[in-house]
Amino acid sequence: MALKLNLHTQPDVPLEADCISPDKMQSLSKHEIEQLIIFHGNRQVPLKDFFECSGEFDGEINIDGDLSRIKHIGAAMSFGKITISGSVGIHTGAAMTGGEIIVEGDASDWLGPEMYGGKITVKGNAGHMVGSGYRGSTIGMQGGEIIVHGNVKNETGHVMRRGLIVVGGNSGDFTGVNMVAGTIIVLGEMGIRTGAGMKRGSIVCQTKSELLPTFTHSCDYQPLFLQHYFKYLKSIGLAINDSLFNGSFERWCGDSVELNRGEILLYAGK
Amino acid sequence: MKIKSTEIVDTFAEAFKMFGSRIIITAATKEWAMAAAQSITGFATSVIGCKCEAGIEKLIAADDSPDLRPGVSILLFAMDAESLGKRLMERIGQCVMTCPSTACYNGLDEGSPVTVGGQLRYFGDGYQISKVLGKNKLWRIPVMDGEFLIDDKFNVQESVGGGNLLILGKNQKATLRAASAATKAIRKLPDVILPFPNGVVRSGSKVGSRYKSLIASTNHLYCPTLRGAIEYSELDDGINSVLEIVIDGLSLAAVEAAMRVGITAAAKPGIKKISAGNYGGGLGQHHIHLHQLLASKDWSGEV
Repeated sequence: MALKLNLHTQPDVPLEADCISPDKMQSLSKHEIEQLIIFHGNRQVPLKDFFECSGEFDGEINIDGDLSRIKHIGAAMSFGKITISGSVGIHTGAAMTGGEIIVEGDASDWLGPEMYGGKITVKGNAGHMVGSGYRGSTIGMQGGEIIVHGNVKNETGHVMRRGLIVVGGNSGDFTGVNMVAGTIIVLGEMGIRTGAGMKRGSIVCQTKSELLPTFTHSCDYQPLFLQHYFKYLKSIGLAINDSLFNGSFERWCGDSVELNRGEILLYAGK
Repeated sequence: MKIKSTEIVDTFAEAFKMFGSRIIITAATKEWAMAAAQSITGFATSVIGCKCEAGIEKLIAADDSPDLRPGVSILLFAMDAESLGKRLMERIGQCVMTCPSTACYNGLDEGSPVTVGGQLRYFGDGYQISKVLGKNKLWRIPVMDGEFLIDDKFNVQESVGGGNLLILGKNQKATLRAASAATKAIRKLPDVILPFPNGVVRSGSKVGSRYKSLIASTNHLYCPTLRGAIEYSELDDGINSVLEIVIDGLSLAAVEAAMRVGITAAAKPGIKKISAGNYGGGLGQHHIHLHQLLASKDWSGEV
């Protein structure tokens, strides 16, 4: 039976609840879990002040309620599973190294920043800086997967180095800005300045997009490696148009202000 | 023991521990996948002279292949894991990467990994790109028709080589017909390949030679032209042609299953005996007794 947390009181100011993590809750009794410290603004309070706790931890935590003002859920987690029935606040899954977070609603900004491994799935939309590095960091996401079924805002995959970010809808501006490596797939449309300053890595988009002049058209071809990605994404429930499997992609290399080893692949049709 | 009019000799095949791998080759069409498959399995009949043994296991439908294109499954065997890794790199590099539109994937879920794509990537001269999806790492090597896609690592596992049947017939025509029937039946089975031309070898060998430089020489006891010229022959009067089927498999059970169906399919009119090759039992780790094979409760006798 999974551990259940139910938000019974909406906080006046955002809660910092990095203790809501399988790593922190394993081997704790219900009473000990209720006494875990969270930050309500600048005040330390026990978890029970905001969450009703039931069940027993068996590697899985289910959280009910509107968590859009709860920060750092699943931060640095290394195993297990957290399922959030509603929306969730910023820094969810920050620096996580393993395990899985499922958000049935929307996620706020800074989803999975600097994560190393594991998987985050958001059934709704997500905010700015998905899978990014924090300001001043030269390396962002270093592994794992972030799957957002809806839209995301700006700077998705900022300085990401490894891993996979998939956006089922549209992405905002600066997708993959300063990307070091890794893969970003956008099934909708992208905003402006995609891949600005990218060194390596792949940004794939189902629709054409206006690119920076520092990107150069290489060729139109069928990148075979995308078959593996599309096959996988289809298997996890994303709507992948069958034409993508046999279609041609424009390959643009860049950013020439950097290493010029990155690529943007834009679906060019059959 | 007899099957119809064919005597099954009470002997055993002496098989060896080898290391095997499964390679999945896909391409834009079945023809290109097969072209690469035939190339990679060429000159791979026997470890005695080819350093490895290889063959085509089966065709793979596009829906079942890793990248949704038609494919061919290859099994490749060598005497140890290190050697097998080298052979994989040489053969995939020269025979698959060179073939238009192909990609190459590991086909074994279990075993020890050896780095293949991770070595071949250097052909990309620094322009190669790695992609990690889940636990799988792929290399994209730029080539003149686009990209060659290959798994970073291929698994190798302990396997069994040298399962064999000797088909002793009254003439070449009848023996060829029986051998073809046996190979046709064996090819329907998974996890095994027949490394020799069309699955059959006529130059069966024994260990050693009167010439010091040779490690193997003709199996003179089974050469019909030598009957009368040598002190002892394994061939009775009326046996004028012998063909051998060599079977390599990913497991002993797979080799045994192949030998069973091979024996049954080869027991045709004109075949006097079906036997098996061994070296007295002192060399191979696996002794596959023909009578025990056919007496197995798991075996219905149908091919």
